[in-house]
Amino acid sequence: MTYLYAAYIATWAIHLAYLASLLRRYIRVRKEIELLKAKEK
Amino acid sequence: MKRSFTLLAVVTGVLLSWGLYGALIAAPTEQTMGDVQRIFYYHVPSAWTAFCLFFVNLAASIVYLAKRNSKADALALASAEVGVVFCTIVLVTGPIWARPVWGIWWTWDLRLTLTLVLWLIYVSYLILRRFSSSGQTPVIAAVLAVLGALDVPLVYFSIWFYRTQHPQPVIGGGGSIDPRMLHVFFVNLAAFSCFGALVCWSRYRLEVVRRQVEEAQALESLLEPRGSR
Amino acid sequence: MSSSSAITRATLRKDLRLEWRSKDAINSMLFFALLVVVIFSFSFDPTAEESRRIAGGLVWVAFLFAAIVALNQTWARELRNQVLDAYRISPAPANSLFLAKALGNFIFVSVLEGLMTPLFIVFYNLRAVGPAYELLIVAVLGTWALVVNGTFFAAMSLRTRSREIMLPLLLFPISIPALLAMVEATTSILTGEFSAKFWIVLLVAYDVVFTTGCLFLFELVLHGE
Repeated sequence: MTYLYAAYIATWAIHLAYLASLLRRYIRVRKEIELLKAKEK
Repeated sequence: MKRSFTLLAVVTGVLLSWGLYGALIAAPTEQTMGDVQRIFYYHVPSAWTAFCLFFVNLAASIVYLAKRNSKADALALASAEVGVVFCTIVLVTGPIWARPVWGIWWTWDLRLTLTLVLWLIYVSYLILRRFSSSGQTPVIAAVLAVLGALDVPLVYFSIWFYRTQHPQPVIGGGGSIDPRMLHVFFVNLAAFSCFGALVCWSRYRLEVVRRQVEEAQALESLLEPRGSR
Repeated sequence: MSSSSAITRATLRKDLRLEWRSKDAINSMLFFALLVVVIFSFSFDPTAEESRRIAGGLVWVAFLFAAIVALNQTWARELRNQVLDAYRISPAPANSLFLAKALGNFIFVSVLEGLMTPLFIVFYNLRAVGPAYELLIVAVLGTWALVVNGTFFAAMSLRTRSREIMLPLLLFPISIPALLAMVEATTSILTGEFSAKFWIVLLVAYDVVFTTGCLFLFELVLHGE
């Protein structure tokens, strides 16, 4: 049934969206660390 | 640390795949509701995980108020965020389940309504964290978490009694469950619990690192002006 | 212990005196309450039978909005004159201040409700089928539930951006069980169909839990760091 697939797809879409935002934030933090390390040298 | 994280990730992956297979294929089709009932295998474990995460938030908040340990505060933030994600999933899958079964999108089902109120409380918690100035944020947020927790039993009883006065359909109703269904349910329950723990752990680690970077940046900007002058 | 209640009383008296002197604030809020009633009456214009069923909800939503407007300026005066800093330094217990503020708000919101109720009765031709005196109990318990949390969250919102929107944002979710109880109790008294007893007990429990919680935790909010 389409409802079933809608529910499962919605679940994973929400999880993936959140994980993507975590990844984005992690990349930003990594960049800032690089920046700090460069300044130290 | 790193090793147990990887181990958890692998276990989670395995359980989630097994759970998905079980939910869609292995589990028998339910008699009255048909295939739509399979939403149950995602809906209920998500609710369970969300409630566990909110409990972690309460514990972390209390620890923070007692010890002012900044790591506890980071955990409180992480568990609240991930809890809201899982809560959202419960609130999305619930109506998707209710619509074909009962013909209505929403019902003041006890578990669903409790989830809605918890979602509201924790979204307000996250907004408070976002909007308050960083010095007082941890304390105020922790206080809100405690008050929210005090609210939960009251919410439960108020909805319970409301339902006895105004009877409503029950999502994910009782009745006997085929042992094969129960098996698939528990696999998914374990899978989502591990997944919730994994994501929360990731968010926690991210937060800890982020705060260290912020401190380093603040320190750096304190030291810089001396050089430029 | 007697000194803290003396502080509470003194603060309360000062607040009431100041409010009475600056009648502008009171008058504009009274007018706002009146407007809310009128607008609701335009929007929901039911027959006498239906009105008893929905009036409970309408009245409390209207009270809630009026209360928010009143609560938003609770701490404004303290903030303007750095009273909070003075309080933090003084040895006075934090919850005396909180109690005084909450009681002041309670009196003020009750006045607003006292004005709005006869208007609602007129516009909706309300008549209680059940025991009417219970309505007073519900009003007192319900108003205190809103005010005690409202005063607390208003204090929490002081150090946030968008202070005015923060208060309802925090207050509404946590007040849901109390609101449900107020509305259901009022409806059951008006229609006489159910007994309001459970809801009144729930309101008492809610008030006890949150009054205790707020009194305990206010110290932390006042001192922040």
